[in-house]
Amino acid sequence: MENLNLFIRSIFIDNMIFAYFLGMCSFLAVSKNVKTAFGLGVAVTFVLLIALPVSWCINEYLLKPGALSWLGKEYAETDISFLGLIMFIAVIAALVQILEMVIEKYTPALYNSLGIFLPLIAVNCAILGAVLFMQQREFSNAWTATVYGAGSGIGWLLAITCLAAIRERLDNSKVPAPLRGVGITFIITGLMGIAFMSFLGIKL
Amino acid sequence: MNWKKSFIPLVNPLSKDNPVIVQILGICSALAVTAKMEPAVVMTISVTAVLAFANVIISLMRKTIPSSIRIIVQLVVVAALVVIVDQVLKAYNYEVSKALSVFIGLIITNCIIMGRLEAFALNNRPWPAFLDGIGNGLGYGIILIIVSFFRELLGSGTIFGCQIFPDSFYQAGYMNNGLMILPPMALIVVACIIWVHRSVNKDLQEK
Repeated sequence: MENLNLFIRSIFIDNMIFAYFLGMCSFLAVSKNVKTAFGLGVAVTFVLLIALPVSWCINEYLLKPGALSWLGKEYAETDISFLGLIMFIAVIAALVQILEMVIEKYTPALYNSLGIFLPLIAVNCAILGAVLFMQQREFSNAWTATVYGAGSGIGWLLAITCLAAIRERLDNSKVPAPLRGVGITFIITGLMGIAFMSFLGIKL
Repeated sequence: MNWKKSFIPLVNPLSKDNPVIVQILGICSALAVTAKMEPAVVMTISVTAVLAFANVIISLMRKTIPSSIRIIVQLVVVAALVVIVDQVLKAYNYEVSKALSVFIGLIITNCIIMGRLEAFALNNRPWPAFLDGIGNGLGYGIILIIVSFFRELLGSGTIFGCQIFPDSFYQAGYMNNGLMILPPMALIVVACIIWVHRSVNKDLQEK
């Protein structure tokens, strides 16, 4: 039940885009049409789904103060949590690299449609952000971390698909010249964020 | 005028080639830390420091890095610098470090840094790369400070935590606009800045 609550919360209330502004760069750059946006959203969800449990294990068994005690008594006091950032970014970069190779091998069509944005997932703030939030909130087991990853990913997917759909319609409307392109996208994202805030306080 | 030319990388990013509102880089952190002015200023200083040093280091190594692994090399350099900044902040300004929470760590994936390393540091000598780093850091900072100024002034009625509106205003019925504190308003304030900036610089308008 708690996990279900966390899942719903991370999709709607703690939405990566509307509540924390994570992954905005690719969010703004790739949201020009629904199909590509959806593909990128799926890829991000997939990376989050794997990255979170993996980095949970790293944090639990390598980084936390005293986490190295399984190596022997003399390591029980060791605290290498300052290495966290470097470890996490390395894990994410490696995962993205593997994902890229797998997609290229088995589904070349998807690989071609994603193009340059696939390797760029490594520097998508949403993924490192979710990992750091996971570390900050001290989830009790790897399963909770996975649920959080899935929820954040689906929230991101939902946000980018909605924005892409709105932007497709926007091509036909009259926007003041200085606001065209980026400006109006910012305003729309802001309004969508306000709309998403109506989910605040929902509890399961 | 040779010296004037050498300062182009420093001056350009302040307005004409601003990283946030023209290149559309580094939006994530620019929006998330701007509810109050103090974290915004600390964030500006951290990003500028990391960007300048990362630019210099990558620029010094630009001839030895094989292009196939350059992204990983860049990430490691930036991550190491960010770890240093994070530790310094925790030691000397713990309150702000708590308020910024994960956003210091997220400097690693800040697109401004990767963008400038790719676009500038890889093809330029260390000194121009250093100026470019400082310039882009400050260009990012200007937007952060403008946004946080409006959000803190209208949202909490304070600047750097000092009360601006006298109590008599509040007795007369003035109220702080709580909406400004909420995250989505940051986007709308940035959109207004873009609007003003592009009305002045007509060549930046799309279509």
